[in-house]
Amino acid sequence: MDERRFQQIVDGDGRIEPRDEMPDGYRKTLIRQIAQHAHSEIIGMQPEGNWITRAPSLRRKAILVAKVQDEAGHGLYLYGAAETLGADRDELLDMLHSGRQKYSTIFNYPTVSWADVAAIGWLVDGAAIMNQVPLTRCSSGPYARAMIRVCKEESFHQRQGFEAMTVLANGSPAQRRMAQDALDRWWWPSLRMFGPSDDNSPNSAQSMAWGIKRFSNDELRQRFVDATVPQAEHLGLTVPDPDLRLDAATGHHVFGEIDWTEFFEVMKGNGPCNRQRLERRVTAHEEGAWVREAAAAYASKQAAREVAA
Amino acid sequence: MVDPDVSQYCLRLGDDALVLAQRLCEWAARSPQLEEDVALMNLALDLLGQSRSLLTLAGAREGAGRDEDDLAFLRDEPDFVNAQLVELENGDFGRTMAKQLLVSAYALPLWQALCGSTDADLAAIAGKAVKEVAYHLDHARSWVVRLGDGTEESHLRMQKGLDEVWPYAFELFESDPLLDRLVARGVAADPAALQPFWRSCVEEVLAEATLSVPSTDWRPSGGRRGTHTESFGYLLAEMQHLHRSHPGVSW
Ligand SMILES: [Fe+2]
Ligand SMILES: [Fe+2]
Repeated sequence: MDERRFQQIVDGDGRIEPRDEMPDGYRKTLIRQIAQHAHSEIIGMQPEGNWITRAPSLRRKAILVAKVQDEAGHGLYLYGAAETLGADRDELLDMLHSGRQKYSTIFNYPTVSWADVAAIGWLVDGAAIMNQVPLTRCSSGPYARAMIRVCKEESFHQRQGFEAMTVLANGSPAQRRMAQDALDRWWWPSLRMFGPSDDNSPNSAQSMAWGIKRFSNDELRQRFVDATVPQAEHLGLTVPDPDLRLDAATGHHVFGEIDWTEFFEVMKGNGPCNRQRLERRVTAHEEGAWVREAAAAYASKQAAREVAA
Repeated sequence: MVDPDVSQYCLRLGDDALVLAQRLCEWAARSPQLEEDVALMNLALDLLGQSRSLLTLAGAREGAGRDEDDLAFLRDEPDFVNAQLVELENGDFGRTMAKQLLVSAYALPLWQALCGSTDADLAAIAGKAVKEVAYHLDHARSWVVRLGDGTEESHLRMQKGLDEVWPYAFELFESDPLLDRLVARGVAADPAALQPFWRSCVEEVLAEATLSVPSTDWRPSGGRRGTHTESFGYLLAEMQHLHRSHPGVSW
């Protein structure tokens, strides 16, 4: 293939479409990244889905159902985008189920109170937006288009999460305590969502050259901190980082050391909910096998009937 | 405009929608395939929207200042007047689809009739609901047919799920003095008049699905009078506990 032409398109901020020639490594990297993104969307339904049946008002219940539905939709577009590059959804799901492909470590933390639902919307969807907005301009046409749809909905989720957090932070003492506790538990895992520091992120340089990545992990993390700390202040909540301060000279927040040991432990499977999340996913898939088989059997019977008719 | 009869009728309709939505919510992130995660949450969302409008209207016609959340979260089991069919546990996907079919084939002619209700607020709710339940019926129909006429296993499971929920459907068509008064006023739909459509629609689907019409005469009932099945207490406990743990706050 003509690698120079490919690189010219990438360097000129053009889009690589499924029918275009592309290096094998590029295709493989993209499929893996899109698949892991899709896996994160569908595993991400669980921690929040955990509160749907217990949501404290009908309005909040409806918002949460709509959000979980959006996440399933994001999974669908993303698996669809991976399929345009030659992957197969069932095979990708097998990779998730067998642990050969990962999903975002953030979803291995438990949602133990209602405030966790608000914190996820505010922080986790907030961090996801920081990561994903640059992807709307990435070099892959199908991935960029999926991200445009996804980002619109994620920013809606972020606003709803912040709004839910605002109500709690201005609510009763018990609600305030719930809100602070959720921030305490979700803050550091959210910062780790951007991935290891640049000097510790072996694939970043290649992804940058391929136009899949536009900003480094540390740049995106800094943006997130700068955007989020004032929001926490507005809520009257305390960010659980004693070293956090605004550097007047740069206008950026300086924050404390990130615990990467925990990140790699959760990545390896040793987070509080890794086992439950995967187990739940695999169980749903296995318990649904007879339904999928029936749908396939019916479709082939119908096709045979049409031929006969 | 205080009107206890209309309030009670809206409560029945609202409880049906709310409790069915709550059961569908239990499917979140558990469905057989991703498309169904989207579809089932979509059904739940429609029904939740219906229940919110209906409970709000029930509160307004009651005139005691209760809003949708007061009615959803602060009533006890005997005060819920949903039909028992909607509260039945989901069981497997086949049983859930059987329940959806039986409910939706009732809800479609119900909301069609209520589009002409003399209560303008109820008619407005009906105008929106009728489009939603038409989709719910299509969705349930297509699954019941595929599962009934799919594999040997799916046929058996679908028939079993249908047999289990079937007897509870007949409560939907019962009349009582409240309904008689409201039908006479042109507010409510006459439940007996909904049954012919329900029968023919369900029988047509079951025939296409190669399933048999269950033949039991057992007709459990009582939901409209606040008598519920054992599993209903758990559903309410789960739904209400957080709201009740923090009295009087906003969310
Ligand atoms: Fe998403
Ligand atoms: Fe989201």
